[in-house]
Amino acid sequence: MMSWWDKVKSASVKTAGILALFISLLCLGFLLWDVFSKGWNTLSWDFLFRIPSRRPEEAGIKPAILGTLWVMTMTTILAVPAGILTGIYLEEYAQPNWFTKFIRINIANLAGVPSVVYGMLGLAVFVRTMGLGRSVLAGAMTMGLLILPTIIIATSEALKAVPDSIRFGAYGVGASRRQVIWYHVLPEALPGILTGIILSLSRAIGESSPLILIGALSFVTFAPQNLLDGFTVLAIQIFNWAGRPQEEFHHIAASAIIVLLIVTLSLNTLAIFLRTRMSRRKEG
Amino acid sequence: MIHLKKSWRSPSRSPAELFSHLVVWLCASISVVTTIGIIAVLCKEVFAFFSHVSLWEFFTGTEWTPLIEPRKFGIWPLISGTLLIGLGASIFAVPIGAITALFLSEYVKGTPRIILKSVLEVLAGIPTVVYGFFAVFFITPQLQKFIPDLDTFNALSAAIVVAMMIIPTISSISQDAFEAVPKYLREAAYGLGARKYQVATTVVFPAALSGFVASVILGFSRAIGETMAVTLAAGATPRLTLNPLQSIQTMTAFIVQVSLGDTPAGTIEYQSIFAVGLVLFLMTLGANLVAQWIVKRFQEKYR
Repeated sequence: MMSWWDKVKSASVKTAGILALFISLLCLGFLLWDVFSKGWNTLSWDFLFRIPSRRPEEAGIKPAILGTLWVMTMTTILAVPAGILTGIYLEEYAQPNWFTKFIRINIANLAGVPSVVYGMLGLAVFVRTMGLGRSVLAGAMTMGLLILPTIIIATSEALKAVPDSIRFGAYGVGASRRQVIWYHVLPEALPGILTGIILSLSRAIGESSPLILIGALSFVTFAPQNLLDGFTVLAIQIFNWAGRPQEEFHHIAASAIIVLLIVTLSLNTLAIFLRTRMSRRKEG
Repeated sequence: MIHLKKSWRSPSRSPAELFSHLVVWLCASISVVTTIGIIAVLCKEVFAFFSHVSLWEFFTGTEWTPLIEPRKFGIWPLISGTLLIGLGASIFAVPIGAITALFLSEYVKGTPRIILKSVLEVLAGIPTVVYGFFAVFFITPQLQKFIPDLDTFNALSAAIVVAMMIIPTISSISQDAFEAVPKYLREAAYGLGARKYQVATTVVFPAALSGFVASVILGFSRAIGETMAVTLAAGATPRLTLNPLQSIQTMTAFIVQVSLGDTPAGTIEYQSIFAVGLVLFLMTLGANLVAQWIVKRFQEKYR
């Protein structure tokens, strides 16, 4: 039997829970609605293939899209192998000693360093000391360092989840350590690693502060032709348009946001889908 | 089993094996080099900075005007702006995140739980520049209907969007902590005749308190390191105030402001962003270390 007071308290805890969830979802709903209502009318195929202009009705995001593609491709090439191999080192090679412990703590802390600080590192080391200038390469190296900890942590978690019986089985039939990792452990951990990579790339696509720090230009009318060219990315283009006083620019900023959101949210959905399928497979 | 593990981890001596060992070791060292690089870069410019500006002025000054004469380098207006965003966002995000996490962990099961958690993660997947746009062009105009003397750029709407950003951080880490509370604690409480809401609020929540606290610290650390949303929405007026209705400037927003101006290396403006960056780095590092320490203690409790 529940007293009436118990019932009130029970109901209010439940209501608070539903309310809290509802507030978050409402905020998300408002954000999407606001962006779509402002940017939908100015969004067109033309918009994707035009170059930026001083006149909002003629402006487009072609250089920003191509710049984003260049930087993200290079970031992936630089960060993904290094991240996976570091994860393999931590889980499959490292002895449990103080140095390994130090690397682990170090990586966990790097994951928490604000992105703008990575931008300062990129500015001082890649742009100035190495003399790469405000180039695609400098941007990709900065972004690569930014997402490296996330990829390492995801790889590490995925490798930890591979049962030791698989390793023992492979060693038992005479495989070397390299063969065990390459043919038996990695394929098993691949979906988990992939999820982490997709999430970190999605984060990097929307990230603009490190690139502003290294001096990515905000008014670029050309697409990069090689790794040492200047560039802009979608997020910086949005920042630039949103900061202008004329309202027309805010509308095309919203159109660019729709494009950016479609990309990042599809990547997120893909990652969540992969992860859910993985956990189902493990339970089943 | 332990004995077996030791033996299969012993390194082989073939050249190919040694080479792979070397390659993975080199990759692992990148992260160490990155940390050293960050600290070295920050310290190098900061030493130069403090040859022009006294430590006393930097840490006690209440005016920050490095770009206009007379130049003053008191960090406190930027720290107060940063804390205003961090604390303001926490005020909104901590209760919502905590209640959401408790609700999802104790009241929702199976597929709905996975779906709701995934939808919340969408909030974390939205780029921060989009939040900045939302704050300036939606939240501020809406708030101005109720608060007429709200500045166009203000700390309040920036804090609200930063709260939206850190709700998934807080709720997802807290939810993991709540779900990790052993079943026997819940069963013992039910055995004593506790109601579901009592189990949730007086057993699960206190048992996972340290995990929850860690999530709050991590959320706060994310909030103070947040850059684009506060640059767009909170303004560029370094001001020592705790009034959220005014335009302020955070440490991150100052760093972006200077870099947009294409400042040549070696100038005091250039060096000042590294000084501000070092303070920011130390604040987030401190917060992260405390959170890790708490999580570690928590994990050991139920082992």
